[in-house]
Parts: sequence; C-alpha cells; structure tokens
Amino acid sequence: MAETRRRGLAAAPGLAAGPLALLPEPGAAAGAVRGPLPLGAALAAARLDLEALAAEAADDAAEILAFQVEMLADPALAEGARAAIDAGAPPAAAWTACMDAYIRGYGAAEDPYMAARAADLADIKARVLAALTGEGDAPLRLPPGAVVAAHDLTPSRFLAVAARSPAGIALAHGHPTSHVAILARARGIPLVTNLGERPEGGNALLDGAAGLLVLDPDPATVAAFARNAADETAKAARAAKLAGTLAWRGRPVVLTVNVDDPAAVADAVLKTADGVGLLRSEFLFMGRDALPGEDEQAQAYADLLNRLNGKPLVVRTLDVGGDKPLPGLTLPAETNPFLGLRGIRLSLAYPETLRPQLRALLRAAAGGDLRVMLPMVSVPDEVEAVRALMAEALADLEARGIPARPPPLGIMVETPAAALALDRFDIAFASIGSNDLVQYTLAASRDAPGPVARLADPYHPAVTRLIEATVAAGRAKGIDVSLCGDLASDPKGALHLLRLGIRRLSVAPAALDRVRLAVHDDREETA
Amino acid sequence: MSAASGRATITHAAGLHARPAVRLTKLAKTFAAEVRLRGLPDGAPVDAKSIVKVMGLKLRAGTILAFDAEGDDAEAAVEALTALVERRFDEDG
Repeated sequence: MAETRRRGLAAAPGLAAGPLALLPEPGAAAGAVRGPLPLGAALAAARLDLEALAAEAADDAAEILAFQVEMLADPALAEGARAAIDAGAPPAAAWTACMDAYIRGYGAAEDPYMAARAADLADIKARVLAALTGEGDAPLRLPPGAVVAAHDLTPSRFLAVAARSPAGIALAHGHPTSHVAILARARGIPLVTNLGERPEGGNALLDGAAGLLVLDPDPATVAAFARNAADETAKAARAAKLAGTLAWRGRPVVLTVNVDDPAAVADAVLKTADGVGLLRSEFLFMGRDALPGEDEQAQAYADLLNRLNGKPLVVRTLDVGGDKPLPGLTLPAETNPFLGLRGIRLSLAYPETLRPQLRALLRAAAGGDLRVMLPMVSVPDEVEAVRALMAEALADLEARGIPARPPPLGIMVETPAAALALDRFDIAFASIGSNDLVQYTLAASRDAPGPVARLADPYHPAVTRLIEATVAAGRAKGIDVSLCGDLASDPKGALHLLRLGIRRLSVAPAALDRVRLAVHDDREETA
Repeated sequence: MSAASGRATITHAAGLHARPAVRLTKLAKTFAAEVRLRGLPDGAPVDAKSIVKVMGLKLRAGTILAFDAEGDDAEAAVEALTALVERRFDEDG
C-alpha cells in the first residue's frame, strides 16, 4: 500500500511512530460491561466514574472534571429527559435530545469561555449515554505505543487514552486551543488536530510540530523519520548534559526560555533551562473577557515558580495596547498604535489593571526567585511610577499580614531612548526586546509589505550599536543585560549577540536545544 | 421558618463561570434553607443549589445578585453566599 500524507494542525509537538489504533467511538465499543441502566442509575454511574477519574487526575484536569461532576449531581440536568421518558420516549433518545439542547445553548454563547463548556456537556452526554445503552465504557484496549486516531476527544476521554501511553494522537476534528491540546502539551504527547477525516491505516508516523500524519509509510519514509527522531533524541540528550554549565569561549552563558502559557511548556524544558527569562503575562487573560484578579494571578506565578524549583522567573507586566487590545478596556482609536498607549504606558494610564498584578507579583515573590520586568519603557519616570505603586501595595499587604517581598525591578530595552540612556534608570536588570528595538530603530515594521519588512534588519549597524551601548551601560551599572527577542532564538543571532557581549539569552522553548548546542559547538571550534 | 434576603455584586473578572458557579452551588447545598438567586434588575429567580440553572443565567461581571432564602438557616445561608460573592469566590483579588 502506498503511503499517504495528511495535513492537520499542529497541537502538541513531538514525533511518534507506531501502529494506528482506531479509538472506539463512545457508546459504540464492543463488550457490554454492565447492561443497560435506567436514567437515574446511568447518571449515578457516570458521576462515580468521573469522581474516580478526578481523584487520579492532575490539578489541571481535576478542575475540568469537577464541573462535570457537579453538573451530573444536579437533578435539574436531566429534568427534560425525565419528562420525555415519562411521556414514552426511549431513554437514550430522550437523554440525547436533552443534552443536545444544552450543548447548542452553550455553543452559541458569545463569551468564548461559555462556548468552550459545550465540550464538557458533550463529555457528560457521551458518558451517560454509554451507561444507558450498556455499551461502551469497556476498558479501552489500546496497544501501548500506538498512534491513536479518533474523530475528536473530550477531556475525560483524552485522560483515559493518555493513561495507556500512546505514542501520539491524531484527530479528525478538535483544535490546537482546546483543553485537550493543553493537556497533551503538558504531558508531552504529540497531537495533530483537524485532519478532516478519521485516519485509517496500518502503521502511522506523526509529527506534532509540523501537523503531519503519514499513513502506511514507505520504508524509506520510516527510516528518514526514525533518523530524525533519533537525531532529536540525541540532540536533546547532548543539550541536556550541557544544562546549567553552558559556556562560550570559556565564559559562562545563561540560557533561559520565553513562556506564553505555562500549561503549554513541558516540564522537560523547564528542567534544562536556566529559568524563565520572559513570562508574557498576557497569557493570563487568553480566552477570557478580562484580566483575572490578584489571587488567581498570584497562584499562577507561584505554580510556575514551583515547577522551576528554585530557578529564576522573570515576569513581564501586561504588555498590551495598540495592536493588542486589552479586553474590558475601551481605548481611544489610535492612528499610530505602535507609538501610542501601549506597554507600561497603558498600565500606568489604567492603574486599576496594574495594581492587582503588582500585588500578585509581590505575594509570589515572597515564595521564590521572581523578578518583575516592565515593557515599552521610554523614560525613568515610568519605572519610578511603578515603584511607587509597588510600595503602596507592599505596605497594604504587610498591614494585612499577607506575606510579600519587593521583587527586583527591571525593564525591557525596546526603545532607542532606553538603550541610549540606560545609565539614567534605577533598575536591577535590563532585557533587550530585539523585535521592537529593531522596529523603532529602523522605523520599519516586520509585518509590513516586502520592501519595508526587509528594512527591519536585526543585524543593521544601528541596532548593533544600540545593543553595544546597552551592554556597556549594564556593565558600568553592574547589572545583568539579557536579550529575549527572536534574535536570540536563531543560532546565528545568538552567536552574534555573544560576540557583542551579551551573556544571557532567553529563547523560545523549541529553540532551547538548538541554541544551546550552537553556543557550545562554537566554543569548541574557535576557542 | 424564617426568611432572609441579601445582595452582592459580581466583581470576579470573568463573571459567574464554571469554577465560581461550582463553589456557589456547593456552598448553597450546605444549608437546609431553600435559596433562590436572580440577577438584578429583571432576572428570573433560580435554585441557587442547581449548577445547571446558575450557569444558565450566564451572569457577567458587574451584575448585582439577589439571594432570597426560606428556612431555619435562611439568614446564615444568605450571609455565607453574599460573602462568597464579595470574596470573589475565593479565587480573585
């Protein structure tokens, strides 16, 4: 059989090879385990199953399941189904109609958070339906190391599949932003979604980062894929050995990662990085109407500090505005948003958004090595305004007996003004944001049409001189200067920066091993 | 039998979503009193012990909630529930 290649969406990175195992659709599995149940008993059985699953699940999954358990425990859930059964409808049909009405209602909600609950309702529906019909819920028979194929997965079904050590998962539907994708990334299980049809075949190769599924691969493809996988494994192993001891031409180099959503970063990455050099705190309001409050933020920072096990975490305060609107805030339309109210300017204009974040940061800093970095800083007054708000917040927390510690305060160097006048700032560290620095220096957007984008050259001498000026000012002040833009994630850019005197690089998680090896190997060849 | 009423404003940024709603119904169920909940000014009252009904209200941040309870521990129920909302469901500063 000739091999076929199917393209989907990349939802969780990693390479997987193994027999393709079709996941039985819920309710269609062979082998009844406990006969058809009346509705009341089916609801109770589904609830017990979910409670057992929640008890074994990690925190993230347990929270998703707790909502489903509470729904199942509510007699109001099946009111419509009971009425239909009393009127003579078959139980399975009555239950299906009742749940479909809820699923439509949630699915149609404008609020994306509410709309996402439709998946939870579908999960409940399938679980109860399986108990009602006496089908399904048989133990999943999946060979370990299989590439599991399904139409779609609900969170609880994903967890059941994940417990059977699949090599990877290929879905006809689903989406990279779903709960299931977040769970897969956290567990390091390669996942490709949106393949269109449920794949069928004998053997499969799955490339989670490329969103590619190869069915019944030719021997040559298998061999090439195995070489790639072995290469990646060897590279990761070699890179992991260098963790914590990386040096370039005899000088120690600190290599940290940039993090968007902590749930999407594998523990393996946090283990080998020297810390998180940039946490983009915008992740906190992804998919919601407004910024979460102080407690939820403090918890999110504390959770990441725990995972880092003593290594530093640099949190960038909210960097929104201009092209990235802040939900819940109505901003005046700006003709030139990149020169307008963005970054720290926006936070200071709306201190009601900054205050809870500063309080959360002060609280989390009491429990670990947390540092705070301000985006889009132009003048020292901006840093001092934040410092004053922070002092206020600290006094209030202390008065209430809440543990808090003022974290080291630093800035992103993204404007030529900050780069050239760094000596005027009272700061504990600086990190160059090369993307914006290039854009503001050359007055050229990377997103602009061809000829303009080509002007946005990070190797332009003007940018090089600004980086050198920042490094020199940092040395004179005795503070660390790092670089956390895209330039550091490119091995060529990373070596360029080392030659300019930068000794701390913060890179995308996917670039961590690549940059580490490039830095190490450059030392070996030229030392 | 006694009756009690109280109000509280949802300041929790995300409104009355899954996790806060679970906390609210779980707390309501610890009281014997019958507790009804509605969003002011003109929301229909629903059983505060039912997650299905409470989620069905799709209440947003800024909504004023009115609790009406009837039963021996009505006053304690209203007090505890309004306090939970005011504490931002114990998850939000």
